[in-house]
Amino acid sequence: MAALNGPTPAVRAGTLLEAWVLPAFGIVTFLMLWAGCTAAGLAPARLLPGPGAAAAEFIDLTHTPYSGAVLQVHLLASLMKFSLGYGLAVLTGVPLGLMMGRYRIVEWAIAPLYESIRFIPPIAWVPFSILWLGTGFLAPTLVIFSGAFSPCVLNAYRGVHTADRAVLEAAQTLGAGRWATMTEVLLPAALPDIVAGLRVAAGFAWQSLIGAELIVGSTGLGYLIIQGESNLSSTVVVAGMITIGLTGAAIDFAMLRAERFVRRNWGQ
Amino acid sequence: MSEIRFEGVERRFHRPGGNFLALENICFEVAEREFVALVGPSGCGKTTLLRMAAGLDFPTGGRVLVGNREVRGPGPDRAVVFQQFALFPWKTIRQNIGFGLKCKGTPLTQRREIIEHYVTLMGLQGHGDAYPHQLSGGMQQRVAIARSYALEPDVLLMDEPFGALDAQTRVLMQEELVRLARDNPRTVLFITHSVDEAVYLADRVIVMTPRPGRISAIIDIGLVRRTERWIDCEHIEEVMAQKSFVHLRSRIWRLLRGLESSGETVGRAMETGVG
Repeated sequence: MAALNGPTPAVRAGTLLEAWVLPAFGIVTFLMLWAGCTAAGLAPARLLPGPGAAAAEFIDLTHTPYSGAVLQVHLLASLMKFSLGYGLAVLTGVPLGLMMGRYRIVEWAIAPLYESIRFIPPIAWVPFSILWLGTGFLAPTLVIFSGAFSPCVLNAYRGVHTADRAVLEAAQTLGAGRWATMTEVLLPAALPDIVAGLRVAAGFAWQSLIGAELIVGSTGLGYLIIQGESNLSSTVVVAGMITIGLTGAAIDFAMLRAERFVRRNWGQ
Repeated sequence: MSEIRFEGVERRFHRPGGNFLALENICFEVAEREFVALVGPSGCGKTTLLRMAAGLDFPTGGRVLVGNREVRGPGPDRAVVFQQFALFPWKTIRQNIGFGLKCKGTPLTQRREIIEHYVTLMGLQGHGDAYPHQLSGGMQQRVAIARSYALEPDVLLMDEPFGALDAQTRVLMQEELVRLARDNPRTVLFITHSVDEAVYLADRVIVMTPRPGRISAIIDIGLVRRTERWIDCEHIEEVMAQKSFVHLRSRIWRLLRGLESSGETVGRAMETGVG
């Protein structure tokens, strides 16, 4: 019995080590190095605040408005722009990718155009977005859209192409029309790829949003850190950056869970 | 009208370095409500023939007709049971079986009735809401058959439907198919690697030679089956023990080995053997 039970704790310990101990070790080491650098006076505290100062500023920002709003409101503003731009990109990009994968005519007509446009970085859309939409809420939204659109199209397209041909043929022999083939066969068949693309798109969208807010905008996390820089308040910049990083990680984690859910339930 | 007719069918595939003749001068007919099995070594073009009847592939010469109309594409009047089942992995067993009916626009209540009928018929009770990957290979294949039967197609095209099953499940499925075919006869074109399976199931067995695929012989089983009253046997092993069965089986084996065939097919079939 001992021999049978023997390996179990070892496996559990390994999981525990991988899941908690090593990540914690990495974070603590980083914080210590950071604190060490500031304590050793490698840079003036004005330029490189320590983790303690950054944490204090973070807490302070949650109840003292900075640049017109508290941290949560800036975060909410960013998330709203993110949701709108990202949502539009998903709702247009995925159907376009599916159409390109399904119909040769669409592929031939769209692919060269798409291949050129997708290499224009989202930030390059900033001037245009200002010209068209001013400096309000919508300008960064367009930038996010351009960041998220590409991976949505690409993965939906790839998903259709790698879909099991036998399943598609089975659907045709069962009398599936164009709409049923698209919604009941190709979309679900491509879904694991699409969800993987949605995750990549979410990362791009979040990054381009912050980039856009640095240049245009009167709210949001990007705006917050650029204001911190203008006021020579490096703690605000660091606290803002940490919020951006953690929010991005949370979005990615949620998308990862969605991806795993789809893979598990699609029998793959 | 649901007979399948192959009229001088030829199929060439374009390959780098020239054309490849896969099928040559294929002429035969599967009469209405007849069960025809195609046997032959791998690469003799059996699957291509079946795909042509399904409308998933097209001849480069000759014609394929179903019910006197040239086949132009797939349709629910010709159900296909694929070798690898090809179930929708994201749909439950009930949704898989009901897919064709849904496409046809069958009302929900009627659809439910038909689905339940096939769930019971195929012994899938208690698995209706499971997903294909949660079932064994034998059960998955029963779902695939139920999915095709649910549309009540005139023509049933089966491509080595039992090839992926273990020996025991295979026998159960063969017996089930005989029962289904007896209660509800369809025009069936059935591909198999197994001579036993072909003789047990089919009214006629068509033996093919490989590269290019040609018809080597057409053997009538139906007459023997009726006169020898195989139908009285409950199980496959009883049928297989009949003298008439053994005789037909060895005749087909000899054909496949090229011993009884004429001229050019000798040796060709022998090289490849039969799985």
